[in-house]
Amino acid sequence: MTLSRDDISDRLAAVGYIADHDVATALWLMDFLKRPLLLEGEAGVGKTEVAKALAAVHGAELIRLQCYEGLDQNAALYEWNYQRQLLAIKTREGADTDAIEEHIFSERYLLERPLLAAIRREKPPVLLVDEVDRADEEFEAFLLELLSDFQVSIPELGTIKATSIPRVVLTSNGTRELSDALRRRCLYHYVDFPDVDREAKIIITRTPGIDTSLALQIARMVASVRREDLRKVPGVAESLDWAATLAGLDLHDLRQEPELVYETMLCLLKTREDRSRLTREVTERLLGKVA
Amino acid sequence: MNASERQSACSRTGANRTPDSRAYGGEQGDWLGTRRRLAGFVHTLRDNGFRVGLGETRDALEILASPLASRASTTKPAFRSLFCATHSDWERFNEIFDAFWQGQGVRQARVLSGIAREGRAPARHLKDAGPRTGAPRLPDRVERRFDEGDAAGDSRGRREGASRFENLASTDLRHVVDPADIAQAHALATRLSRVMRARLVRRERVHRRGRRLDLRRTIHRNVSHGGTLVDLAWRRRKIRPLRLVFLLDASGSMSLYTAFFVRFLHGIVDAFRESEAFVFHTRLAHVSASLRDRDVARAVDKLALMAQGIGGGTKIGESLATFNRWHARRVINSRTAVMIVSDGYDTGAPEQLGEEMRHLRRRCRRIIWLNPLIGWRDYTPQARGMQAALPYIDLFAPAHNLESLAALEPYLARI
Repeated sequence: MTLSRDDISDRLAAVGYIADHDVATALWLMDFLKRPLLLEGEAGVGKTEVAKALAAVHGAELIRLQCYEGLDQNAALYEWNYQRQLLAIKTREGADTDAIEEHIFSERYLLERPLLAAIRREKPPVLLVDEVDRADEEFEAFLLELLSDFQVSIPELGTIKATSIPRVVLTSNGTRELSDALRRRCLYHYVDFPDVDREAKIIITRTPGIDTSLALQIARMVASVRREDLRKVPGVAESLDWAATLAGLDLHDLRQEPELVYETMLCLLKTREDRSRLTREVTERLLGKVA
Repeated sequence: MNASERQSACSRTGANRTPDSRAYGGEQGDWLGTRRRLAGFVHTLRDNGFRVGLGETRDALEILASPLASRASTTKPAFRSLFCATHSDWERFNEIFDAFWQGQGVRQARVLSGIAREGRAPARHLKDAGPRTGAPRLPDRVERRFDEGDAAGDSRGRREGASRFENLASTDLRHVVDPADIAQAHALATRLSRVMRARLVRRERVHRRGRRLDLRRTIHRNVSHGGTLVDLAWRRRKIRPLRLVFLLDASGSMSLYTAFFVRFLHGIVDAFRESEAFVFHTRLAHVSASLRDRDVARAVDKLALMAQGIGGGTKIGESLATFNRWHARRVINSRTAVMIVSDGYDTGAPEQLGEEMRHLRRRCRRIIWLNPLIGWRDYTPQARGMQAALPYIDLFAPAHNLESLAALEPYLARI
């Protein structure tokens, strides 16, 4: 199934993902050039959402591999179910050893981890390798190999070839420099914070019953908060939280209740330092600009 | 799509200046022209520090033959996704793209008449048309040092004999003038950086004693023993080696020292796997990639291009702000020593420098400020920028000769 670029952008809209213009192009290229897509950007800009939207666009399953330091093949690819194997050995004590071995190294005892699962599906799924920069460099090299061959060799079972080639999305928060090889293998897209209009649209889609004008005000306010010198810049999720809060409090205009705005800003500010930086005065100054 | 289909696809689109519409007038050779211009573009990207391989070029051709190429609004993002690999690539891409394809479009009318010089022309053109035109081109620093050599006096560094090497080590880097001496100084710098690394790594090995039983692996290993635990698998804490981040001031006031430090940087980046290098004057440039080039001369050349803008003021505070905002999270971890090489003459606001130093201090393990001026007699850090930065510096050390650099090594080993 190949979709044109415009189809993709239509479908993105249909599944409720308000894309910036170029994302659709990148997603189309993924299919066209058969390359994985590497998404970078600050925390909270919605990188993971892109993968979810891609899965929805293609009606595919989303398989997610969350990376962390020390992630190894056992957790990412496959693992034998040792407990069951041991049980099987115990219960069959005395039987022919070859038969036992054959039995315990069969697929029944194989635990699929995300990477193996992704290449064994009938229909190509979307494989999201989240925060790949958190994994070790060794794992990155291994991932690179898998992404070029799409086959896995399990010593006890033999080589498992991909039944379908998954669409691979990698995200990185930039806590570590990724290898050149991986970068070059991938298409690249830098996800930025949405501009005011797009953020307002996102707020409207995700927050039921919110006024358009309020959504726009919130988006503007969040954009100006982001320009302040903060330790943790609020992401899209935070602005959605805040929008939900304000909508829940039945507010229609930010200027009506500056005090309420100030109090609910804790949805956006996640450290004590940021909180103390955005004082009442600063909040009012920002509000003044938003209006 | 085969070649002939491609050609017809090309000629169907009208004449325009963007690559998508492939304005190559004639019927024949359209596709050839496209390829040549694409090669020129790729060349330009490489000149600008993009890592573009054959695979990318091939894919770019496919994009040009795809429906995406029908509109500029889709070709540009497609190329951007394909050719960019880092955030800094991403930021610069549009500018380069516009300069190449649109600038190119202007001279296209002439080129069309059948002169095949496109391959080269764009590279030159982009450099001229780029936004950095205002800044004077950085001269090759190494040569410049040679030039100054004649003026600075031959009295130093000419002595022969057994003590020659030692002598060189204590000579102020400004006075290292003889080309042979310079080469030797660079060799020493490279060796120094290697020694530093060797020490650090050995130290780490001794400390690897953290032990925990790896239960899962233990069971796995002992399946062959029927589940009786015979072989035990242990887990050790992996200790990351020290990471060095270098920020080198390449402003006019430092120009006597930059050539040397660029070599030193090259040695460091080459030897430490985990190191990053930045050069700043009025803006900050990430130069690790260029420094990884094994050929020193070429690396220095590349760096010279990137560090354009010499002679202007130094905006240390602003450069640090860029660093903190865009790079710090990626290149700094808890075992990172940040080494700033600068004379502290800042044309920006000292308050900003102080503030950014405070931010930086919080992120990294140590800040080392190397100031070549300390080596001068009677130097006191009077510059306002230096004053603002001092409270956040762990080690404020001279860096005017090789001895002073060597003296850093024990300090680094203790971090």
